[in-house]
Amino acid sequence: MKQAHGTVFKYGDNVDTDVIIPARYLNSFDAKELASHAMVDIDPTFTQRVKDGDIIVARKNFGCGSSREHAPLALKTAGVSCVIADSFARIFYRNSINIGFAILECPEAAEAIQDGDEVKVDFDTGVITDVTLNKTFQAQPFPEFMQKIIAAGGLVNYVNSNKEG
Amino acid sequence: MAMTMTQKILADHASLDHVEAGQLIEAKLDLVMANDITGPMALPIIKQMGGNVFDKDKVVFVPDHFTPNKDIKSAENSRAILKYSLEQGLTNVMIQGKCGVEHAILPERGLVYSGMCVIGADSHTCTYGALGAFSTGVGTTDIAAGMVSGQAWFKVPEAIKVNLTGTLPKYVSGKDVIIHLIGMIGVDGALYKSLEFTGEGVKALSMDDRFTICNMAIEAGAKNGIFPVDDLSREYMKNAGVKEWKEYSADEDAHYIQTVDINLSEVRPTVAFPHLPGNAKTIDEVEAMDKIYIDQVVIGSCTNGRLSDLEKAAAILKGHKVAPNVRVMVVPATQKIFLQAVHEGLVDIFVEAGCAFNTPSCGPCMGGHMGVLAKGEKCVSTTNRNFVGRMGDTEALIYLASPETAAASAIAGYIANPEKVGGNN
Ligand code: SF4
Repeated sequence: MKQAHGTVFKYGDNVDTDVIIPARYLNSFDAKELASHAMVDIDPTFTQRVKDGDIIVARKNFGCGSSREHAPLALKTAGVSCVIADSFARIFYRNSINIGFAILECPEAAEAIQDGDEVKVDFDTGVITDVTLNKTFQAQPFPEFMQKIIAAGGLVNYVNSNKEG
Repeated sequence: MAMTMTQKILADHASLDHVEAGQLIEAKLDLVMANDITGPMALPIIKQMGGNVFDKDKVVFVPDHFTPNKDIKSAENSRAILKYSLEQGLTNVMIQGKCGVEHAILPERGLVYSGMCVIGADSHTCTYGALGAFSTGVGTTDIAAGMVSGQAWFKVPEAIKVNLTGTLPKYVSGKDVIIHLIGMIGVDGALYKSLEFTGEGVKALSMDDRFTICNMAIEAGAKNGIFPVDDLSREYMKNAGVKEWKEYSADEDAHYIQTVDINLSEVRPTVAFPHLPGNAKTIDEVEAMDKIYIDQVVIGSCTNGRLSDLEKAAAILKGHKVAPNVRVMVVPATQKIFLQAVHEGLVDIFVEAGCAFNTPSCGPCMGGHMGVLAKGEKCVSTTNRNFVGRMGDTEALIYLASPETAAASAIAGYIANPEKVGGNN
């Protein structure tokens, strides 16, 4: 996916992995089942309202807490095309890269974009466009090493290609 | 160029003379761990990568989160990791009822020690920094790749120096120190960074205090927490059966982006209020408020389920009764600790006071079982997270505290000061 285009769900600071996917659902790692509980503890109607391509915008330290890869997986499977935030917790960041889920650090965009805005993201250039506000923002591009992992189609393929090489 | 302790360990494991903050490296791993939640999810990914572990001695699965199996799905998950451990002929096969919570059992069995580079598919893997190891939590895909390849990529972290002086007063312990620190720097205060503890105050901290402190480094967003190696940690490792290890220390002129000073003598019993571990309030501030009545107390977890934690709680509870409407779950972190608690008479004290004494498990810590909270209930817990919904209903309130404060609160029925309630008071 080179572009994202969708409606924004906006949240605040420190959205943690326990609200993204509560521990009580972790006896399953079925992506669809996890997705059906995404964000319930912070936004009970999220799964009913989210449409393919929609975008989450949040502030500082998104994804803090547990190492559960179930969290980015639940969001990705629920249809979320990317998360834009001031900053991400480090394990969430790694996990997202590893499963090929797009996340962008951009404090200016995270501050300005409002809940319900229509937003477009170009992953190649890192340009974020808020169509509703008619504003653009430049996100930080991924470091080169991570681009390699993403280019390989995630960490699984990356490890496999290194083994052969 | 000068390096921090963490940077030196990473450089060595990447076969480099020198690394700098921000550099991306691939490091060799000395131990790779997953549990009954992250492990089963990793198995299909491991299969896609060829199916076999890189080294039978260096991979371990610990069934601890939903064990003893709380339902059928959990039972299947536990069985999957056990089956795989046996198939692969892993040197360390962990069996339910014979082990304990991952971050307590690995140090206890001498599987983690100074100088190692460790990843675990659990965020509190940073606990082993107490022994002078680099250890950090990762997710499922990372852990699968680590188990198969014996390597992981890291961004070399910058570091914050936490300079400790003084000694801890009575009724104050490692938990108070770390909540105090997170309160100072915030839950993202150490994001992507190492927390390196140093200073003459280190020697005044017990191993259990150091484990508690490193355990919660992640609650400040840190990649890892780490303590220098001294006689106390050497003795711990010897007792755990570790024969050889490598010691690293930070260069004198290593670069830290921030230094935080903590005088241990001045740390107060400190409680983290809902819903963040950084919402720190001293017990004096709590006492100035209206009483916060509670429904449940939990004493246990990878943060505070070690022997000295139970001893501290028991010393407060001895000869007292738990408040009539409060239920108390004491959960030793490993079978060995369980048995020591029996031998030392701690179990008698707990049960006579009106506490339940449980089998080792993560149990209530993540709202799995053995003490899930109902809507509106309040809990004082020695665990490490008080997020919304962490221990049960989203409208339950969790207050994180030391074993001393938890025990005093159990007696009082509200959040109480261990200097005033329980013990010989
Ligand atoms: S005791 Fe709690 S924090 Fe520790 S590993 Fe278990 S669930 Fe995680």
